[in-house]
Amino acid sequence: MKITVDEVKCCGAGQCVLIAPEVFDQRDEDGIVILLDAAPAAEQHAAVREAASVCPAAAIHLGEEA
Amino acid sequence: MTETQSDDALHYPLSAPGAMTPPVEWPRLRQKCPVAHVTLPSGDRAALLTRYDDVKLALCDPRLSREGLARPDAARISAGEAGSVFDSPMARALNAEGQERWRRMVGKWFTAKRMRALVPRIEAMTDRLIDGMLEHGRPADLVRHLAFPLPVYVICDMLGVPEHDRDDFKNWSDTFLNLSRYSAAEMEAAHRDFAEYMAALVAEKRREPKDDLISRLIAATDAEGRPMSEPALAATGQALLLAGHETTAGFITTMAGVLLADRSRWERLLGDRSLIRSAVEEVLRFEPYTGFGMLRYVHEDTEVPSGVVLDQGTTVVCSMAAANRDTGAFAGAEDMDLGRTPNAHLAFGAGPHSCLGQPLARTEMQTVLGVLLRRLPTLELAVDPDALHRVEGLITTPLSELPVRW
Repeated sequence: MKITVDEVKCCGAGQCVLIAPEVFDQRDEDGIVILLDAAPAAEQHAAVREAASVCPAAAIHLGEEA
Repeated sequence: MTETQSDDALHYPLSAPGAMTPPVEWPRLRQKCPVAHVTLPSGDRAALLTRYDDVKLALCDPRLSREGLARPDAARISAGEAGSVFDSPMARALNAEGQERWRRMVGKWFTAKRMRALVPRIEAMTDRLIDGMLEHGRPADLVRHLAFPLPVYVICDMLGVPEHDRDDFKNWSDTFLNLSRYSAAEMEAAHRDFAEYMAALVAEKRREPKDDLISRLIAATDAEGRPMSEPALAATGQALLLAGHETTAGFITTMAGVLLADRSRWERLLGDRSLIRSAVEEVLRFEPYTGFGMLRYVHEDTEVPSGVVLDQGTTVVCSMAAANRDTGAFAGAEDMDLGRTPNAHLAFGAGPHSCLGQPLARTEMQTVLGVLLRRLPTLELAVDPDALHRVEGLITTPLSELPVRW
């Protein structure tokens, strides 16, 4: 899994941080997403997929290549 | 417009058979008439969207906007809209500040980290409100004792409003939100008192800053080094109350209502607290009271996923609640599934204008649910679910009361 995030689209809802805190964080200054781990381990994949699918701004993109 | 539908425009908002049941027209509209002509209370025409994909596109696509609703050819919700919350000194102060800039400055207060830090305080406030409810004895109204005061207390806590002034806030908020119950003079007096209170609060935070939102906003500057204006600081307090009070109170009430209306839901949560997070999302998706939805103005012809073209100049009503019951987007959409994942419901909107306070609403709902399960495992409705009544309000329509016993 290869994750990319779109900081311009991100609206700071924080859902990703609540669902997958080991993969996503938020900047303190404006709440915009920080990608902690662009290629997380397999046990994180389900949470990352959930975070991507519920992101209100569709700002998380998942690629399948390693 | 090019959609297929009958000539009789529906009157919007649609009526629902009961407090816990959605309007009967929803399934037919989603299937047969995804873009429907409706007449708003003002008499103006709008196009109602009820399918998930259409609603999501309309909320996210830059060809539609909220700002366009100020244009003279945009539909008005009600004839007496002038002087309402959408055209108030608060709205003007915040618009002057710039939506994006204000959102960035306030938005940093709603990070997941900050929300987690708030949990113990929300728990303590919930515990105290439940103490009060227990003291009152059963049956008790969960709205009056818990769902209505809690979100105000949380907002006061964030703003740095001292505890002894919280009930003033509760009363002001009640006045702002009840456009029909109070006279214009009472409404004006409440706006004036509130503005005076906020101005004094801002002055106090300037003298003696604390760890609260107003103190932080006073100290903060935006990316261009400009501080937030004095009227905007005061208006921020009112905006948070308007946006965060009745809505969250409604969500907490609905949550307790739907979980207790079918008590097997409550029992499932008692048996497995790890379901609290997904249960809250499912409550938000399933919310059976209709909500008005969000309005957008169409700036250029836009084809929605159902194939209909929205003509330039149309005002659309996005019914997130109807979209959340779309079987094309959610398997078993008409059934409540407390473990549903993922659950990309649209209760908070979508796209760049999606609800700023959604992390706070979620945190409050999860925390309240956890405390209720711990303190009152025997909680049940004290009336038949069909006997519950809704308050017809302009902005949201929560239950007027929720009698419970334990």
